[in-house]
Amino acid sequence: MAQIKFENVSYRDGENTILRSLSVDIEQGDYVSVMGPSGSGKSTFLKLCCHLISPTEGRILLDGNDIMQQDPIALRKKICYCFQTPVLFGDTVEDNLLFPYSIRKQNPDREQIDSLFSKFHMPPDSMKHEIKTLSGGEKQRIALIRTLLFRPEVLLLDEVTSALDVDNTLIVENAVKAMNQEGITVLWVTHNPEQGRKYADKLLTIEGGKIAALEVLR
Amino acid sequence: MNGANISISSLMIASLLVIVSLLFSYFQKLKLEKETMISVVRAVVQLIAVGYLLEFIFGLNNPAFTTLLVLIMMFNAAYNASKRGKGIKNGLLISFVSIAAGAGLTLCVLVLSGAIRYQPNQIVPISGMIISNAMVALGLCYRQLSADFKSRRDEVETKLSLGADVLPSSVEIIRDSIRTGMLPTIDSAKTLGIVSLPGMMTGLILAGTSPVQAIRYQIMVTFMLLSTTAISSFMACYLSYRGFFNDRKQLI
Repeated sequence: MAQIKFENVSYRDGENTILRSLSVDIEQGDYVSVMGPSGSGKSTFLKLCCHLISPTEGRILLDGNDIMQQDPIALRKKICYCFQTPVLFGDTVEDNLLFPYSIRKQNPDREQIDSLFSKFHMPPDSMKHEIKTLSGGEKQRIALIRTLLFRPEVLLLDEVTSALDVDNTLIVENAVKAMNQEGITVLWVTHNPEQGRKYADKLLTIEGGKIAALEVLR
Repeated sequence: MNGANISISSLMIASLLVIVSLLFSYFQKLKLEKETMISVVRAVVQLIAVGYLLEFIFGLNNPAFTTLLVLIMMFNAAYNASKRGKGIKNGLLISFVSIAAGAGLTLCVLVLSGAIRYQPNQIVPISGMIISNAMVALGLCYRQLSADFKSRRDEVETKLSLGADVLPSSVEIIRDSIRTGMLPTIDSAKTLGIVSLPGMMTGLILAGTSPVQAIRYQIMVTFMLLSTTAISSFMACYLSYRGFFNDRKQLI
């Protein structure tokens, strides 16, 4: 059974049809690159996966169950979405990393935080750093660490490296590949054809709101 | 001038001041003569009407009627505040409940503490002050809420996508909006006596009350405006933020 199954999914925003009759299966542990021109509906596709928006037609099944029948909060704890421009809140790195714990009413797991810091090459003393002192690359890495603290089942990445330099991009790519090898399903929207084919098992191309191609790479 | 007793003849003489304004308009070709005349006539007619109306209500001295009047004031204020919040769902109901709670609680404390009595000549003007203040505060709250849910969309969606419920995703916006609603009242309290001699105090002094006595009333007014604004803004923001989400906990 597919982990995420789109059945003839369309999404309309007012008069504007963004996705039309999309059908695709994502298997557990897949690493899928999502490519296509700007405005083709790639981000909408990811936002539908984590239920930040609902399909206007068709249905999305998660582990065989209709997404509309599931608790949206529980669902978003399993399927996490990372924005192209990272939004960090509060004043310090700590404010951001404690947020996932505070909404679950749990104490922070320092070991987990340290382990993710090392995966994403963040210095261990970063916790107290002020957000305004961070570089763009560091902000994106903190946003990713914040998403990964409670090990989601699916990681949705929306052009997360598009504003990063080569070094930062490499750190993120390797860390994400490692997470995928641990069993996390990855859907990564990218504009970079090289990045799209580097580690992915499948390459999904969306054009004009439709699936133009689904290529199996390895 | 003796206390607040102005004779009709004094008023007639004072009305000559309107002519000064008309002459300026005429000789400077401001073309404001007609507007000035209309505004003066309207002011006089409206004030005469409200004067007789209040005299009638004060004469009735009926607590039920006084309460009804206060409720009508609250409804009008709620209606006006809800017009400021176009994106707010159930704006009229939320505004009415918030204003009623804020003004109601404040009036209770004032009456129970013996600061004022439940008589129309005290309840009606005091209610007018606190209700209109709450109305302005709510308008500011709504504007800030709507603007923030638009401009901070990514922040809210980031929190939602981390698995947060709608309240933790919006709490910063709610707090900022409450702050926006309360700040003008706090700021004006800060400058009382330094920048402004407020209407109530000025009125009492003109009516012959000693300034030392008049400030007591002004201090009471300051307290009651602060409490009403705080309660109303808090309730309105916490009641209205959910309207920005649908039942699937998605930001609309």
